[in-house]
Amino acid sequence: MSALTDLSVAELSAAMASRKASALEVADAHIARMEQHRGLNAFIAETPDRAREMARASDARRARGEAGLLEGVPLGIKDLFCTEGVATTAGSHVLEGFVPTYESTVTANLWKAGAVLMGKTNLDEFAMGSSNMTSHFGGVENPWKRRGENRKLVPGGSSGGSAAVVAARIVPGSTGTDTGGSIRQPAAFCGIVGLKPTYGRCSRWGVVAFASSLDQPGPFARSVEDTALLLQAMSGHDPKDSTSAPLAVPDFVAAARNPAIKGLKIGIPCEYRVDGTSPEIVALWEKGVAMMRDAGAEPVEVSLPHTRYALPAYYIVAPAECSSNLARYDGVRYGLRVPGKDLTEMYSNTRGAGFGKEVRRRILIGTYVLSAGYYDAYYRKAQQVRALIARDFTQAFERCDVLLTPTAPTAAFAAGDKMDDPVTMYLNDMFTIPASMAGLPGISVPAGLDKDGLPLGLQLIGRAFDETTLLGAAAALERAAGFTARAEGY
Amino acid sequence: MAMIKGETGDWEIVLGLEVHAQVVSEAKLFSGAATAFGADPNTQVSLVDAAMPGMLPVINARCVEQAVRTGLGLNAKINLRSVFDRKNYFYADLPQGYQISQYKDPIVGEGEVEIDLPDGSIGRVGIERLHLEQDAGKSLHDQHPTQTYVDLNRSGVALMEIVSKPDMRSPDEAAAYLAKLRSIMRYLGTCDGNMDEGSMRCDVNVSVRRPGAQLGTRCEIKNVNSIRFVRQAIEVEARRQVEIIEGGGKIDQETRLFDPARGETRSLRSKEDAHDYRYFPDPDLLPLILTPEYVAKIRAGLPELPDARKARYVERFGLSPYDAGVLVAEKDTAEFFEAVANGRDAKQAANWVMGDLFAMLNRRGVGIAQSPIAATALGKLLDLIADGTISGRIAKDLFVAMEETGKDPAALVEERGLKQVTDTGAIEATIKAVIDANPGQVAAYKAKPTLFGWFVGQVMKSTGGKANPKVVNDLLRKALDA
Repeated sequence: MSALTDLSVAELSAAMASRKASALEVADAHIARMEQHRGLNAFIAETPDRAREMARASDARRARGEAGLLEGVPLGIKDLFCTEGVATTAGSHVLEGFVPTYESTVTANLWKAGAVLMGKTNLDEFAMGSSNMTSHFGGVENPWKRRGENRKLVPGGSSGGSAAVVAARIVPGSTGTDTGGSIRQPAAFCGIVGLKPTYGRCSRWGVVAFASSLDQPGPFARSVEDTALLLQAMSGHDPKDSTSAPLAVPDFVAAARNPAIKGLKIGIPCEYRVDGTSPEIVALWEKGVAMMRDAGAEPVEVSLPHTRYALPAYYIVAPAECSSNLARYDGVRYGLRVPGKDLTEMYSNTRGAGFGKEVRRRILIGTYVLSAGYYDAYYRKAQQVRALIARDFTQAFERCDVLLTPTAPTAAFAAGDKMDDPVTMYLNDMFTIPASMAGLPGISVPAGLDKDGLPLGLQLIGRAFDETTLLGAAAALERAAGFTARAEGY
Repeated sequence: MAMIKGETGDWEIVLGLEVHAQVVSEAKLFSGAATAFGADPNTQVSLVDAAMPGMLPVINARCVEQAVRTGLGLNAKINLRSVFDRKNYFYADLPQGYQISQYKDPIVGEGEVEIDLPDGSIGRVGIERLHLEQDAGKSLHDQHPTQTYVDLNRSGVALMEIVSKPDMRSPDEAAAYLAKLRSIMRYLGTCDGNMDEGSMRCDVNVSVRRPGAQLGTRCEIKNVNSIRFVRQAIEVEARRQVEIIEGGGKIDQETRLFDPARGETRSLRSKEDAHDYRYFPDPDLLPLILTPEYVAKIRAGLPELPDARKARYVERFGLSPYDAGVLVAEKDTAEFFEAVANGRDAKQAANWVMGDLFAMLNRRGVGIAQSPIAATALGKLLDLIADGTISGRIAKDLFVAMEETGKDPAALVEERGLKQVTDTGAIEATIKAVIDANPGQVAAYKAKPTLFGWFVGQVMKSTGGKANPKVVNDLLRKALDA
């Protein structure tokens, strides 16, 4: 048997089920690897004691014959999910020292399925970023490097820590949240699978909010099947989240294991051929189309005419919601408080010291676009654009079953690049944002390496609440692409 | 219409009211925390109310139902689609940094209520809208020399903001409107209307103009907490505005506070300082969609409201509109009255309730719910009069005895020997004695029959008031006219 840390979620489950390894042994192996790769700065908090405690409980359950879907599987949890008794920071100074007394619905579902918490992963502050460089706790290092280079690369963001720990085999799976691409883009940068479910599929209760109408929790893993296993456990209607869909959870795992792709219509949106996309990514995309065709699917050209308005509209809607969502970090009840001579000064001191530059920028943009006299020109207009984007997808899905696009316009970039101009950074999410604006599920599957040996991802976008078709297509793409590369040294 | 007499002529007051009515419900608008008044600080606070990270609001169906009930009670249009918005501002007792309210699409649209004016006439006040919103917490500035404490018990409690049209023209009309609103909501059980506990609060918009002229600039007086203060605040504010205009000045649109101790209003903030609340639809909540069936079901379950009850009292019981209006104003009073009137002479019941009972309650300074004489006991007293057991005069004494002892009227009659004498033999003997003792009066009666009343009085006096007046009348007439 290969090293426990090399095993997938499915393989680990099988190993533990056949008593080849205990959950405690699995936890210990991954804890050792976590300690070995601290240099990645991927965890804000490691929780080895909690992990061992949960692993022992898992072994006891298994001994009683009560094993859940993810029994004994160690996971990294993005530090945006509130975890009872474990500090939760959202990557921000403003929440330092905050220890929730409650457990997010999604993580509670995972623990109910038997999973084991390894630690809280690093992220862009309040999930605002595409590089993980905005974290108060420092950037995360991507385990991948350009061939022959030693420059540190970013893992993408905002769920960069969660992507890096899966790529570095510190854990077989992790959770992320995706607002405009924060699961899919880091998955592409780190050569793993990342899925953003349909808005409403996973509960947002207990997840620190960035932009409520866009935020959606989802899983990372190294295979489509593992991704489906995690999603299976995370999903479900939650009466505590009014935007959670009151729908039964389909059998995602079966869909991922038995890809039925024959005759599936794969939409290729012509508007995604944009300047600035790396030629290698365009080539990979074309290769992806060919692979899907060879696997029995039928590619069709479709049009999403409002695509180019998605990014600007997103950068109105998301900051608007964030400016309001982050108002609660005021120094009054929890987290950081920097005193002042009066209430207003205390607010200014606390929020000035507590929030980083990117978060402050978005709060200011959001406050501006909601202001009297600007609301109609910006926020209302952006919501109208959003409705048009959603309509584009609805019309495209009359002609196809899933869409195939690149995940990101480039491979992982170097830490510190794109930091001067926020718009350049924002452009990294140009392929992922449209589906976010429409609330649709999207998955990034590693499909090849660029000339520097860095992984590249392709994105599949599905109909709302049709993750089963999406996972089936993703599994077929995964099989055809046969991506087996590993970051050197990991 | 009440005018203000200024130096330069008459001024008309124009008034619009915004009433914040706390919804009667077990739990808050978007959380399961309790809402009882007077609990220890910060003991009725959920994670949602304290705006902990990642917490989400979930609408309380009971509060929605109460808002719809109230809307129907105000004869208003129920909007089947309404939207919750965020009203953003920073304050220490506003944990989320925004209040969830309804801005563009409220749950209830236009309606109208009838108001009963002191002169017995009926006025009409238009309702602009009713919307649901969260209450804020409470800042306690007097607990520490330099710091402010915050109590979040009220944070997230459901309020209905009821906005009137600028249809009122006098303090009387504003007071009548508030009283009517409170009466309707108490009938509906949607707000307890206790202004002293803050479960009903009122902002008053006041402007003045020459009669018939365009609307003047208004000032909003915030958080007036009794009907009496509403009257006073309007009077002083209207007078202040007239003085400014007549002095050549102009009114600044601003928010003011009423100080009852000093009898004045003070500027709180000007229009320039007004917050930009950056309203936008709350992305944590879906639009609230109601079905016509849902509304119809609530409508079918509405109780009889004060106006309908008043009409019934006039029609069925033959009460005057004024008496009927007094009796229906408070649900408790109306129910008390109906318990007394049930199966009895309703007019007599009304006279007893509005006469002896109200006087007694006033004297004791208690409400009808705390009446020492229960409705059933008062009903029994009326029965004793009706069946001739006691006379009307004795009934008054019996009422006092009931108030003092709390005993059953029949038992008191027995115990104190108050039973009316209807034994004709005994009464005849008394009459004979009176006639024999007053030959002069008998002679005078022949010339002036109105002296009959004097004889009745003498007989009643001799029997200690217990003789049945009707029997006395009959027998006395026979004896005198014989």
